[in-house]
Amino acid sequence: MTVIQVVFFLVAAFTTAAAFLVVLAKNIVHCAIALVFTFFGVAALYVLLDAEFLAAVQVLLYVGGITILLLFAIMLTSRISARGVKIMNEQVGMSAVVVLAIFAVMTIATLKGLAQVGPPDPASYATASLGRLLLTTYVLPFEAVSILLLAAMVGAIILARREREKD
Amino acid sequence: MVPLSHYLILSAVLFAIGMFGALTRRNAIGILMALELMFNAVNLNFVAFSRYLPSTMLQGQIFAIFVITIAAAEAAVGLAIVLGLYRNFKTINVDEINLMKW
Repeated sequence: MTVIQVVFFLVAAFTTAAAFLVVLAKNIVHCAIALVFTFFGVAALYVLLDAEFLAAVQVLLYVGGITILLLFAIMLTSRISARGVKIMNEQVGMSAVVVLAIFAVMTIATLKGLAQVGPPDPASYATASLGRLLLTTYVLPFEAVSILLLAAMVGAIILARREREKD
Repeated sequence: MVPLSHYLILSAVLFAIGMFGALTRRNAIGILMALELMFNAVNLNFVAFSRYLPSTMLQGQIFAIFVITIAAAEAAVGLAIVLGLYRNFKTINVDEINLMKW
């Protein structure tokens, strides 16, 4: 077992444990903190996969942006110290069955269908070629996504705004 | 080197955990967190494929960038909706918001 494999298994175990905590923790703030650790684990996996730019984006956007947004929403809405509140609805059993079935299908498909994939090529991709690709071949989706972001920003402001005339 | 199937199975585990959370959580913000988990699992799949399949060069990473962007937009709009729900219903437990249910 090489060093890379040991690191992979450590990071994988860490990420999976944090993900379980996100779903199962009783206190919603603990869930958000566990989500931060999950994002860091996924960023480490990106580094293992030679995707340094995506790892940086993951840390900046998910850890720095989305988690803060989630924490703001938690502070603004729920009673954090509410004790004895049920965190799960009554469809836990059926959900577990469905999720395990889907997981089994994905695992079987992975193990049966990908046996012939060869070893990866050793060439490491530079972030420069990623940027070049984004501004040449994929420039149309790039612009479309920027319009989508603008629309989402306007929509979020309108949805979250208080209505003045009701005061 | 770590084989590709390891990454895919780890991604499947993350996706299954996130799906379980999205199906069972009562808190709307908890559901959004589970959705983010599922997005991360999908992104991990994209990046792993783009590293291991030489013919597809960097397309996986490009798509992962787009998925991250759309996840950010989804989080912003989703949390604005949650705030609106809280203002109107004084709760964000999705099983108590049943105005339009039969």
